[in-house]
Amino acid sequence: MSSRLEQQAGIAKTVKKLCLVLVGMVGFVFALVPIYDLFCEVTGLNGKTGGQYTYVESEMEADLSREVRVNFITNTNQGMNWEFWPEKGAIKVNPGTIHTVNFFVRNPSSIPTVGRAIPSVAPGLAAGYFHKTECFCFEQQLLAPGEVMEMPLRFIVGPEIPGDIKEISLSYALFDITEESADLIESFNNGISLAAAGR
Amino acid sequence: MSEVVHTDHHDDHDHGPEKGLLRWLYTTNHKDIGTLYLWFSFLMLLIGGALALVIRTELFQPGLQFIEPAFFNQMTTNHGLIMVFGAIMPAFVGLANWLIPMQVGAPDMALPRMNNLSFWILPFAFGMMISTFFMDGGGPNFGWTFYAPLSTTYGPPSTTYFIFAVHLMGASSIMGSINIIATILNMRAPGMTLMKMPLFVWTWLITAFLLIAVMPVLAGAVTMMLFDIHFGTSFFNAAGGGDPVMFQHIFWFFGHPEVYIMILPAFGIVSHILPAFARKPLFGYTSMVWAVASIAVLSFVVWAHHMFTVGMPLFGQAFFMGATMVIAIPTGVKVFNWIATMWRGSMTFETPMLFAVAFVILFTMGGFSGLMLAIVPADYQYHDTYFVVAHFHYVLVPGALFSIIAAVYFWFPKWTGKMYDESLGKLHFWLSFIGVNITFFPQHFSGLAGMPRRIPDYALQFADFNMISSVGAFIFGFSQLFFMYVLIKGIRSGKAADGLSWEGAKGLEWTLPSPAPYHSFTQPPKVS
Repeated sequence: MSSRLEQQAGIAKTVKKLCLVLVGMVGFVFALVPIYDLFCEVTGLNGKTGGQYTYVESEMEADLSREVRVNFITNTNQGMNWEFWPEKGAIKVNPGTIHTVNFFVRNPSSIPTVGRAIPSVAPGLAAGYFHKTECFCFEQQLLAPGEVMEMPLRFIVGPEIPGDIKEISLSYALFDITEESADLIESFNNGISLAAAGR
Repeated sequence: MSEVVHTDHHDDHDHGPEKGLLRWLYTTNHKDIGTLYLWFSFLMLLIGGALALVIRTELFQPGLQFIEPAFFNQMTTNHGLIMVFGAIMPAFVGLANWLIPMQVGAPDMALPRMNNLSFWILPFAFGMMISTFFMDGGGPNFGWTFYAPLSTTYGPPSTTYFIFAVHLMGASSIMGSINIIATILNMRAPGMTLMKMPLFVWTWLITAFLLIAVMPVLAGAVTMMLFDIHFGTSFFNAAGGGDPVMFQHIFWFFGHPEVYIMILPAFGIVSHILPAFARKPLFGYTSMVWAVASIAVLSFVVWAHHMFTVGMPLFGQAFFMGATMVIAIPTGVKVFNWIATMWRGSMTFETPMLFAVAFVILFTMGGFSGLMLAIVPADYQYHDTYFVVAHFHYVLVPGALFSIIAAVYFWFPKWTGKMYDESLGKLHFWLSFIGVNITFFPQHFSGLAGMPRRIPDYALQFADFNMISSVGAFIFGFSQLFFMYVLIKGIRSGKAADGLSWEGAKGLEWTLPSPAPYHSFTQPPKVS
């Protein structure tokens, strides 16, 4: 029969163990964000395509026996007022060959704005095989009022892509990040006033 | 140096509680704290119910007659938040506080002062949450699941207070769970091994572990929201490289175990009441314990069945579909064991038994609609329709809530020393049973017909089902006011009750007098 002291010691031990579990779960939830990112990077399941790919022509084996259709989809998000369209809606490529497709943006407003494009690839499992050597999504873009810009995308569909993937869709969502890019706007405005002063 | 162990002075003279209102503020007594939780949860039930009646009034007929859509969204959101976090969960904690020490033969909970804090956090947290209704921009309006970025980028300014309220409620639950586990593992009477514990104690032991595991995840989700709103991070904002779907994963990793947290204690309660009124021991005690543990473990690997339509790859959907259907197995074991308990029993149908039998039937129906939702291709049709609303209301209302009501009627004589009026109790039951079915059964049909959730107005073809549902809601809602009358009448003028208030009731609490003394089991009982 446990005495009161033993019982209180037992309670203290249980509480300590439970607090450890609690700390563990808090640590787990902090870890959830990088775990999620890592899982998505490894599997490509959230459609993110990763950073710039270094293309070494000699190392890339072209697979001319099959074709993959690549669709290009453009969207503007969260009230972004630019026009945004691809040069072509879709192209057919052989895995292992490099291609260039142009995208166009136009700022129809009367103020300079800064945009960022976020890519997403479907099916998610194809994202790991979609390599971009040059993409406007790597940087933000500033457009003056009325300006039109041509932005190239150079990509390769990796030859190791599974045979059952016959179609990939690359979608870009364009966001307005003018508010967060005050420094870019400032240097743009300075550039204008310098140019005006020089006349 | 020897330690002098002080014996409990209370043994000599049995003094009652302090006098006056401050008793309730300072109490460390598990019975008082249980009472506080139960009355608090009843108040929250009535407030959450009032919000539901606002919803059902607007939905009585097609067209927007009474309220603006923006206000409607606040009604649906807060109805969910208040019922989940303010009514169901605190009611189960109140039952745990009242019953666990008595059922294990302990004098009180392991940490009585922390117990007091766990309760008093709640009125403060809910006061803050309800006060957001009156702030500029209104209260939370993004659904009880508060998905980001709807709740972060597009939410009202009061969202920050909502986040603080959630943190507070989570802290209360975590502290309560630590207390419950410490009590159950350390303070059982000698001779009460784990496999001799009453089922209600088992279900709460497992529920408490679930709470400690998942409440921090909820806290993490709302903290990330707070950072996205105020500190310029982009956890859930795609423009900054974040991912809205990650919010859903984190939320439902909490959210799915949460719904099991809301039903496991109900299973425990029903496992006490059915044997008492069938005058037969519970069938299959060991398998009942195994089933509850299995359900708890499985609840961690099914979360994405709330997310079948977000664009998950097929093998992910197949896994979650399979795991979700597997949970039906231990649940089925429990339902069959309850039926086997009643089989060839000497049954009488007093009010607690009526609610408990209704639980078995109607919770099972809710489980069947859950199985339908688990099937991925079918879920593409049902997702975000009233079919889902019907499912979870069946498992929560004639499920969890009926079990709480059954528990209140069952243990009422033990807590108050009086018997409630049995005819009035039966009337309450029938009004509730009829009301709940009229409210929620038609919602299966409007959902299957395609009516979406969370809408203040709907297409004409859903009108009849909505009208019926609204009528049922008013019947059910007002019968809970009648419940309050039955309780208060019983407390004030009920007949004196025996220690063994129900002929077939088993358990240590029934060896105590009714009402149970303010301090009970100051010396532990012997358990055979």
